[in-house]
Amino acid sequence: MLQTQELQVNIGPQHPSTHGVFRMLVTVDGETVVDLKPVFGYLHRNHEQIAEANSYLQNMPYTDRLDYFNSMANNHAYAMAVERLAGIEVPERAEYIRVLMVELTRILNHASAVGFMINDMGAWQTPLAFGMREREKILDLFEMASGARLMCNYFRFGGVVRDLPPEFIPNLRELLRALPAYIDELERLLRDNEILLQRAIGIGILPPEVALSYGVSGPVLRGSGIPYDVRKAEPYSVYDRFDFDVPIGKVGDVYDRFLVRIEEMRQSKRIIEQVLEQLPDAKGGHINPKARQNVRPPVGDAYARIESPKGELGFYLVSDGSTKPYRYKVRAPSFINLTPLADMCRGYKVADIVVILGSIDIVMGEVDR
Amino acid sequence: MPEMTPAELRARLATALPAALVEAEPLAITPPPAHGPQPGLFNPPDPLVRPDYLVSAALWVRDTLGYAYLSDIAVVDYLYAGCFELVYRFYHPTGGSSVVLRVRVPRDEPVVPSLTPHWPAANFHEREAFDLFGVEFTGHPFLRRIYMWDEFEGFPMRKDFPRQGDKYLGGESEG
Repeated sequence: MLQTQELQVNIGPQHPSTHGVFRMLVTVDGETVVDLKPVFGYLHRNHEQIAEANSYLQNMPYTDRLDYFNSMANNHAYAMAVERLAGIEVPERAEYIRVLMVELTRILNHASAVGFMINDMGAWQTPLAFGMREREKILDLFEMASGARLMCNYFRFGGVVRDLPPEFIPNLRELLRALPAYIDELERLLRDNEILLQRAIGIGILPPEVALSYGVSGPVLRGSGIPYDVRKAEPYSVYDRFDFDVPIGKVGDVYDRFLVRIEEMRQSKRIIEQVLEQLPDAKGGHINPKARQNVRPPVGDAYARIESPKGELGFYLVSDGSTKPYRYKVRAPSFINLTPLADMCRGYKVADIVVILGSIDIVMGEVDR
Repeated sequence: MPEMTPAELRARLATALPAALVEAEPLAITPPPAHGPQPGLFNPPDPLVRPDYLVSAALWVRDTLGYAYLSDIAVVDYLYAGCFELVYRFYHPTGGSSVVLRVRVPRDEPVVPSLTPHWPAANFHEREAFDLFGVEFTGHPFLRRIYMWDEFEGFPMRKDFPRQGDKYLGGESEG
């Protein structure tokens, strides 16, 4: 009789497929995962405590650094929380510009998330370059509007920092024309590839009731078949004026999460087209001229959340009446979406772990905060 | 989309679990002034729950009211009021705004029963609260530090944690 024993393996913190410095302590029986313990904190900088020592406006560029792929989305959630706390009105035009930016961010994030996921499956670099290709064009648009490609710092309390430059809309229209063919191409990369299908279908299944009990959000929750999208569930900004669908998956495996992301890119494009139709008639300027940036909100608390590309991103703020937040809490979607990781990996092979992790789509800047 | 105001939630909770509710005292956020009235009193409208009834109240929110999506657990350190407040935020999976339960525990003995065995969504929220604030969750299956390393002393998000010059940063010269 051959003696066997379970083995503990560390995946990470330095590993190309952990999307940053993230460690998984995996107990394996042969090639099969028996248990998995995620270990974080390698990028922890106590973001929340630093933010509590800053003024409200100083935190705006700091939120860019949370999920550095989606700085516009982070800005939006934080600006909404402060506006709710201080009672600041946002003009219609500013709301449309905000929605435009966040939906562009969603396309950018999902394209690169899909690219990274295929990268994790072993298709080294080339598919990732496909994922990054249109991202560059979107980043060019961001640069036109905000002056920066990644750390945009574009939002202000009561609006956005400056109006769209004249060349923005023509460039955006050009991008929208190219987008459908690009999304189809990205989808075919997986759908037509037998090897990738075998690595994705039936892997990392998260049943709907389990997903809900774990509190996951975003494409992970919707991939499991629960049509929960903050844009529909609790419409904020001007999302109640747009016509779009919430795509859901059937079984909740890696493949479903992939398809949900692809479909969400198409829906984001639909929203952007509606924004372009409605933007010329929107009232007001790009910012509420009465909104003070050096805010001093009254004593109280506020929670604001948005559907960030990764899930529900929320900011909980408590004001003590001064210019600095008394409490600043980030509800980070990538962090909470990691809660069911052990359950999703149990029973699968070691090589599936990186694929499952890739399908959750995490950014360590946000997980570790 | 179900909508429920804090007052409605309190009324429903008062009939379902009358022992769970406590009367909320306004919290002092700013230090007490030398003279005159205390400014910055904070009094949220949400129901305040006794710590030992937290699990039954949260499960009642989930199973009876159907708010099955636990979104967030935030801890706030009210140093001048001498307590930690835990803010539990729940959403309905069909949409609508949140319902909130609040729990207050004294700063010198912050112990709250853990929700994780009954509701796994609380797992990382509770570990984060334990790591950064030192709130103890009894019954948590794996209550270990999540961001800081295991040997770290102190709880960095507490308001009385030294902002500079602690033993890890090395002496007074820092900052």
